[in-house]
Amino acid sequence: MAEKHDLTIEEMSDKYFDVLKEIGNIGAGNATTALSTMLGTRVDMMVPKVRLMEFKEVGTTLGGEEQLVAGIYLVVNGDIHGSIMFIQKKESARAMVQKLMGMPSEGDDFTEMELSALKEIGNVITGAYLNSLATLTNLTIYPSVPDVCIDMAGAILSVPAIEFGAISDKMLLIQTDFADDVDLSGYFILVPDEESDAKILHALGF
Amino acid sequence: MPETIKVGIADLNVCRPPDMITTIGLGSCVGIAIRDKIAKVGGLVHVMLPNSQEVKSNGNPAKFADTGIPELVKRLEKMGAVKSRMVAKIAGGATMFSFQSKSELMGIGDRNVAATKQALKQLGIPILAEDTGANYGRTVTFDPETGDYEIKAVGKPLKVI
Repeated sequence: MAEKHDLTIEEMSDKYFDVLKEIGNIGAGNATTALSTMLGTRVDMMVPKVRLMEFKEVGTTLGGEEQLVAGIYLVVNGDIHGSIMFIQKKESARAMVQKLMGMPSEGDDFTEMELSALKEIGNVITGAYLNSLATLTNLTIYPSVPDVCIDMAGAILSVPAIEFGAISDKMLLIQTDFADDVDLSGYFILVPDEESDAKILHALGF
Repeated sequence: MPETIKVGIADLNVCRPPDMITTIGLGSCVGIAIRDKIAKVGGLVHVMLPNSQEVKSNGNPAKFADTGIPELVKRLEKMGAVKSRMVAKIAGGATMFSFQSKSELMGIGDRNVAATKQALKQLGIPILAEDTGANYGRTVTFDPETGDYEIKAVGKPLKVI
């Protein structure tokens, strides 16, 4: 079976791309609802954009490799193995945390409490995405406890890039724009291992 | 006008003074700067993974420590550098997320640093200084004139090794 679906991500069909986009769409929809409930405000969402990008381009996408970003990263186990990252600009992450906690934060750094809130937001957002993937594919997926890191975009993106690096020179980014009065947009990066790619494709009837 | 040449992820380049060479946002990756001060030439490679033998997609030598470093040495030799005069400085190899290191015996950052040292040792190139490990990203700039390797990190003072 693995041979049958042994595609590199460059060779992925447009169909598979569409499927990932659709999963992104549903996931982002779920995430928007969850976010809206959590934050107690209306949250709008744009149609997600799925893009396959060279490593070199990835840094610039988020506003340059030195742009400060918050990355929430977790490992996925169960029927498939891999990792998922939700990444957004530091200001967007801060705006979300402030909304959740209902108070302005002090200073430039996140407090322990704010980091913890950020992890929870990441949990909700990635959870919504993984749920839609699990529902569509009928696969069992367990996410790990998330970890958060705030640093330069280049440094944070190198983590999924390294995981993709073993199979390709490109990586798959799903851009999700949430908005209310502030820009809360972020990117999902899903990194299934090679075997899991085959399983996802198979479960979807490819 | 002196230029600062940018090296991307899984990329390498060489330059002569007064030009400098930089790579932005090293996370678990390692930035290896090599210089021959007599030939007045220096270079930088930004490697992502330790070993090209372990993965299928290994067409780009600059992606791996075991192939990227010899490739950089070759490029420097073409510009007149001599291997026996070359010296290196290395930075990067951080563990950005805490559970990264738990999943494997050794985190990818540490493995990249170990593979870098191994590759340099095999080539007989001494490491003059290093700023590796920890849990933060680094932007590095190498000056082939002085051999200064400047390291910037978020919320930390500028460091020169």
